[in-house]
Amino acid sequence: MPKELWKGNEAIAEAAVRAGLEAYFGYPITPQTEILEFLSRRMPELGRSFVQAESELGAINMVYGAACTGVRVMSSSSSPGVSLMMEGLSYIAGTEIPAVLVNVMRGGPGLGNIAPAQSDYNQAVRGGGHGDYPRIVLAPASVQEAIDLMGLSFDLAEKYRMITMVILDGSVGQMMEPAEMPALKEIHRKGFDWATDGAMNRERRILSSIYLNPYDEEKTNLRLLKRWKDVQASEVRYKEYFLEDAKYIVIGFGTAGRVALSAVREARAQGIKVGLLRPITVSPFPHEVLDQLTGQAEAILVTEMNMGQMLDDVLLTVRGRVPVEFYGRPGGVVPFHDEILNEIHRLTSGTLAVRTDPRESWLTRMTAAS
Amino acid sequence: MAVKGWIEVSDTYCKGCELCISACPQGVMELDMARLTPKGYHPAHTFKEGCTGCAICAIVCPDAAITVFRETTKAVPVPA
Amino acid sequence: MATENLVYERPEAFTEMPTHYCPGCTHGVAHRLVAEVLEEMGVVNKTIGVAPVGCAVFAYNYFDTDFVEAPHGRAPAMATGIKRVLPDRVVFTYQGDGDLASIGMGEIVHAAARGENITVIFINNANYGMTGGQMAPTTLPGMKTTSSPNGRDVETQGYPIKMSEMLSTLEGTGYCVRRSLHDPKNIRLAKKAIRTAFETQVRGLGFAMVELLSTCPTNWGMTPVNSLKFVEEHMIPAFPLGDYKISDAIKQIKI
Ligand SMILES: Cc1ncc(C[n+]2csc(CCOP(=O)(O)OP(=O)(O)O)c2C)c(N)n1
Ligand code: SF4
Ligand code: SF4
Ligand code: SF4
Ligand SMILES: [Mg+2]
Repeated sequence: MPKELWKGNEAIAEAAVRAGLEAYFGYPITPQTEILEFLSRRMPELGRSFVQAESELGAINMVYGAACTGVRVMSSSSSPGVSLMMEGLSYIAGTEIPAVLVNVMRGGPGLGNIAPAQSDYNQAVRGGGHGDYPRIVLAPASVQEAIDLMGLSFDLAEKYRMITMVILDGSVGQMMEPAEMPALKEIHRKGFDWATDGAMNRERRILSSIYLNPYDEEKTNLRLLKRWKDVQASEVRYKEYFLEDAKYIVIGFGTAGRVALSAVREARAQGIKVGLLRPITVSPFPHEVLDQLTGQAEAILVTEMNMGQMLDDVLLTVRGRVPVEFYGRPGGVVPFHDEILNEIHRLTSGTLAVRTDPRESWLTRMTAAS
Repeated sequence: MAVKGWIEVSDTYCKGCELCISACPQGVMELDMARLTPKGYHPAHTFKEGCTGCAICAIVCPDAAITVFRETTKAVPVPA
Repeated sequence: MATENLVYERPEAFTEMPTHYCPGCTHGVAHRLVAEVLEEMGVVNKTIGVAPVGCAVFAYNYFDTDFVEAPHGRAPAMATGIKRVLPDRVVFTYQGDGDLASIGMGEIVHAAARGENITVIFINNANYGMTGGQMAPTTLPGMKTTSSPNGRDVETQGYPIKMSEMLSTLEGTGYCVRRSLHDPKNIRLAKKAIRTAFETQVRGLGFAMVELLSTCPTNWGMTPVNSLKFVEEHMIPAFPLGDYKISDAIKQIKI
């Protein structure tokens, strides 16, 4: 297929349609509303289901219901709406059924603003809903990547009977880029052996997240973890840039990773041996490759559009072997590449120490500047 | 002559709630104080003649514990 | 026993499992009526039930149909999701008054407003049975519960919410009636209403709800028999039985 100009949010919606989306349930919230609006036209056109729900609570539970029947179903929202969906996510996780949720993140906490942010990393990666459950989280940095990851998100959700979240920020959602769409495929229902779609010629089925006996619930938790181990073993995805001989490693996902790439390129032009690791699956996090990179690194810089959330995953892997520095722009601010370039220069100064919390010195620098 | 009926109360389901007893228009039901179900309830039973097979006990029973029968007066249709 | 003698037997749409309900609780009667209707309509194998959070949380154990279990109050949203992707299946929710009229108020109102083709069985027992008898939106004025120990004070706790009356104002509602389970005659009427509510769905005539006045002997602190009297003497005056909305198309349905 030839490349066409696509807006991020609409590309996500169309990519989901092409991946076999049978039902979409959502509620308007900036900066993801274009997904809902696009699908309100596109889904009926194809004879598929679209419902503008009464709230994100309604939307996620419609997703939950439809997901129980084994069809491809999704919702999308932005930070405050995703908070409302946490109840449903926990139930979906506990019921072990596939579903896809897109979060076009915005500045928070609270109503915050509608500017691009990455401050829902912890909510997405560490759970957000109650109970102990893993989930797959994909973080695209471009329109093309968002398109590719939508198809993957459904495949992974079904393969592991698990929620897949796609987290991006408003700038990817709103940007126009040339991108290639996969072909529209005909829907074929997979007839999963767990789906509650009417007991026509089989034993009846029940889907529930209840395990009254704590030992059964414990077994269920362990089953989820075991499945998660498979995900960790097979599904880690990331992009490497200039890492082969890099002594300095920058790590960033989504837009922060994209901005960091410009800075890394410029630093390379200045002769600095710096490279970028951009996780695509922020959950499962690419611990293994980071572990290897730590061996060759003199210092590591984590850059995020939040106050240091992925930072904790990095610290967990690096375990104090080399200094880790943090540079973040929270609240809806997107960093410029020269800010990150400055940070790369700091890395190369050779005066950095291993600290327990890299946020502290970052905060001091941030508050001194303003 | 009144129709003759009879009931069977399942020990698996009966919880001795007495709703059937108070609803039976013939007043022929009571709890069987001489017996306990496996769950420990005194089950309902008919203690005297007079059941008409009206099924009112079954209609009010919350546990679908009662099966109701009635003597047939009509000829049984011969299967074709 | 010869089948020609049989007048009534346990519906086949039930599984063999005895219910966990307290003795004399009319949740069981409501279950039985739903099972009988599904069986009589011949739709058991294409029905998908949605269980609530409340005493009926384990409803899925008792019906021999596919079942899912919803978060508290969200059954109408789940049912919407199921029905939209499987429009030829029969989808019903079974919800208590805390579930439907409190935490799930948004979901039920909008499912009705959208005219979702689902059937809702709404059990009004004037309290939160499962959690031990707290005040519900349907608790009667002055009625004592574990969270209104001096009786529901309408000045601070408001008046009961009348769901059937409310939902009947919505265009999407095709069928909306209130019945009671306190005596054989009313149970028969309730069954007929449940049948109509499922026929409404099968014919695609919009949202259908049957509100059933039901007992909670355990938390009301009464015998099952006295609980039925309480329904008759106190609940019916507060929640009048009747047909709150029956669309013209549904009036034509002959059962
Ligand atoms: C989100 C959430 N809040 C609260 C509860 C606790 N809870 C369980 S059942 C219930 C009340 C159910 O009452 P009702 O819907 O009237 O059903 P009944 O038991 O009376 O049939 C509550 C509050 C819960 N499970 N989930
Ligand atoms: S109504 Fe049913 S459960 Fe109650 S006593 Fe009679 S048979 Fe037993
Ligand atoms: S069938 Fe009628 S008469 Fe016989 S026990 Fe039941 S209620 Fe009484
Ligand atoms: S607590 Fe009340 S509503 Fe729940 S099963 Fe017991 S009697 Fe029925
Ligand atoms: Mg209740």
